[in-house]
Amino acid sequence: MRLEISSNRLRNEFVAKVIELSGQDINLCYQCGKCSAGCPMSFVMDLLPNQIIRSVQLGLADDIAKSRTPWLCASCLVCTVRCPKGIDIACVMEAVRQIALRRREDFIDPAGLERDTVAELPAIALVSGFRKLTG
Amino acid sequence: MDLSYYPGCTLKTKALNFEDSAIAAMAVLGVNLVELPRWNCCGTVYSMADDDLAHHIAPVRNLVRVAEQGSDRVVTLCSFCYNTLKRADLLMRNSQEKRDTINSFMDDEIDYDGQVEVVHLLEVLRDDVGWEAIGRTVKAPLEGLKVVPYYGCTLTRPQGVAIDSVENPTVLQDLMKVLGATALDFPLATECCGSFEIVSDPDAVVERAYAILGMAQRKGADAIVLSCPLCAHNLGQKQAEVADKYSDFTGMPLVYFTQLLALAVGVSPEVCRFDLSFGGVEALLRERGLIPQRV
Amino acid sequence: MRLSVRVVKKALVIGGGVAGIQAALDIADGGYQVILVEKTPSIGGHMAQYAEVFPTLDCPQCILTPKMVDVGQHPNITLLTYAEVQKVSGEVGNFQVEILQKARKVDHTKCTGCGTCWQKCPEKIPSEYDAGVADRAAIYIPFAQAVPAKAVIDTEHCRYIKYLDFMESGAEGKKPPQCRICERLCPAGAIYWEQEDEIITEQVGAIVVATGFDLMPVERLPEYADDPDVIDGIQFERILCPGGPTAGVVHRPSDGKTPKEVVFVSCAGSRDPEHGVPHCSRVCCMYLAKQAMLFKHAVHDGQTHIFYIDTRTTGKGYEEFLQRTMAEGTVYLRGKVSRIYRDGDKIKVMGVDTLSGKQVEVSADLVVLGMAMLPSIGSQELADRLGITTNEQGFFTENHIKIDPLESTCPGIYLAGAAQGPKDIPDSVAQGSGAASKVLGLFARSEKTPEGLTVS
Repeated sequence: MRLEISSNRLRNEFVAKVIELSGQDINLCYQCGKCSAGCPMSFVMDLLPNQIIRSVQLGLADDIAKSRTPWLCASCLVCTVRCPKGIDIACVMEAVRQIALRRREDFIDPAGLERDTVAELPAIALVSGFRKLTG
Repeated sequence: MDLSYYPGCTLKTKALNFEDSAIAAMAVLGVNLVELPRWNCCGTVYSMADDDLAHHIAPVRNLVRVAEQGSDRVVTLCSFCYNTLKRADLLMRNSQEKRDTINSFMDDEIDYDGQVEVVHLLEVLRDDVGWEAIGRTVKAPLEGLKVVPYYGCTLTRPQGVAIDSVENPTVLQDLMKVLGATALDFPLATECCGSFEIVSDPDAVVERAYAILGMAQRKGADAIVLSCPLCAHNLGQKQAEVADKYSDFTGMPLVYFTQLLALAVGVSPEVCRFDLSFGGVEALLRERGLIPQRV
Repeated sequence: MRLSVRVVKKALVIGGGVAGIQAALDIADGGYQVILVEKTPSIGGHMAQYAEVFPTLDCPQCILTPKMVDVGQHPNITLLTYAEVQKVSGEVGNFQVEILQKARKVDHTKCTGCGTCWQKCPEKIPSEYDAGVADRAAIYIPFAQAVPAKAVIDTEHCRYIKYLDFMESGAEGKKPPQCRICERLCPAGAIYWEQEDEIITEQVGAIVVATGFDLMPVERLPEYADDPDVIDGIQFERILCPGGPTAGVVHRPSDGKTPKEVVFVSCAGSRDPEHGVPHCSRVCCMYLAKQAMLFKHAVHDGQTHIFYIDTRTTGKGYEEFLQRTMAEGTVYLRGKVSRIYRDGDKIKVMGVDTLSGKQVEVSADLVVLGMAMLPSIGSQELADRLGITTNEQGFFTENHIKIDPLESTCPGIYLAGAAQGPKDIPDSVAQGSGAASKVLGLFARSEKTPEGLTVS
């Protein structure tokens, strides 16, 4: 189905929330794609980082909600330090994650991790993983 | 020289090899790493959501502990701790509104307003001890050892916390050269290992590990030198899986910079706990005659 | 009472690139005296460095050299090369100008440009004209078609000058060699060691500033690697140029191999406020397309890849040219490159193609960066001397961006070419002529009322 673009969509609640939580001016992005070009995790992403930003620009909340990309972002900040417009893309990803996590939509279930896995993983991995992927 | 030292969770558990070697090596260099009393988890990752102040309390509390000690500097070994503490400090320095909210939330005796400088041990080595002094202290140069430096993400990003050039840092190479090792050029030195995705997507981390380990192998490195316990885990624990999946990969020793520093300044190999390191560092160093052959 | 000044009907043109050349020729053809000051040893500017120029693929030597020769021979033009404007005072109609004529250490009344000296000089320095892809001697003309075709000695690198400086300093240690080979071999006896810098004072009625551009240095993009096979656009022009150091045979700098996979990166620095350059450099889309085309003409089995964000081809015949480049097999990949690094024999280019939504990687043999155009080095100092203003990037500001684009913020000082903002050759030539017409209009009057003064 054709996507209808309107002021209602472009200014929807989701866009406002992403801007508020990330503190980033999404409209600065001119879609050069440098964030996606350097992203170390893009090979497992369904949407590239620039497509996430584009989806925010167009107010496509549902597409972002369905995407695994924000959860696969490792917050390595390569996109952030190389963005020609100074947008902190990693912050936008965090905002998108936070919107889901605050609705109690966790990406992983800590209780479901194998005992051996938990024993093998260093504390730094478990704490950071839970901090990023659960609410 | 006494320096307040913040260890963090993993240095007390899986990365004892990092902590023990650092403390012993720094003692030889005349620096006493004084562990903070009653420190807590730094939070491991810095909260980036603008309204999420609660998660900054953990790192800030650690900085309060430093200030209470009468110290204006704290050194970390773990790159994640460095990043989180440093960014929390910058937040407290740069945003008065957030600083006031966080300070009023905490019932600690003193307010924090940026009175502590957060530094990484590599900065202490470079800027306080100095390459020349380290060079003079080296007793057993790491001759013939070819290493690639691996910084990962958190030592050089974002811009404000980078301990060196964001794109082309040299501090690890410089240290390795001083210790007598050969530091090879490593284009993936600041590429992410997959980080906490190890918890949710270990297969993706295998791919990241192969990219980094494979290039180190192609470059002819004997070992990768690193500074982050999470990098060490992701690049280490997954080596068997990488080798299963990619037959051209044959294994790559991983070593903390502090272990090589300790060895070079004459700390006993037992203290360096090479047994806890991934990829067969101990065998490599024995083979090179850098630690004594077992009888 | 009428306040006015007598107009001195002589013009100063600063900068001997194509814009300055055009301005000087048009003013001189209009019957007035022109002093053309150029800081390098020859006029010609960047255009003289190019292989072939878009969209017609003319050889710039063929279309520029006649104009250069005209400047050299024009009875109304005094050409001062290897010279810089030091001081300017006065106002429209009557400026006093001090020009530093740098010591050439060669008597230009005797030098015939025979070439014996630069062929025998033992010193080798990266050639500015060849953008460092080839060397020149310490005594040299920048290129074969130089005007004037008379040698200068680069006093910073000349062995004998170093010897003289050493002896004068009274320093101890090993003496540099007393070379003087050029002096021994010069059939005209033109070498003139005693020649010193000289200050020339002139009075002019109008000034045209046409100091052009320089490319942003590659080092300002640390993510794009410091590697001999990652070069800028002007370096690749020299490599592609049939009259260049490789005679147009494409070799890559590191090992001389013929590259097969060549990557071009547009907006390298441009449109990148985080690297300090918010503007579009306007010419890169076209010259990278042209270079891709020329490369494929030179290396038939070669493959060219152009990373771009948008293609901007607004000149006459430009879009048609771009589409021809695409039709001839150059792949356009839409996205900015994040990182470039060497991996063995190859240069890895980590990019993206946002059209297919794929992260892409090209293993290239050679990478050409379309670096941002910046005002030429030293133009800020010149602006201060002239009392004219510049924008944030350092380009000279015009009196009005739309309706008075050729006059600077100071009456009687006009702007032409890339010194005012990034520009291609046709626009630079047009502005050169436009600035000349402003000067001719001023000179058509015998008196000029300085603006800003109340006239009653």
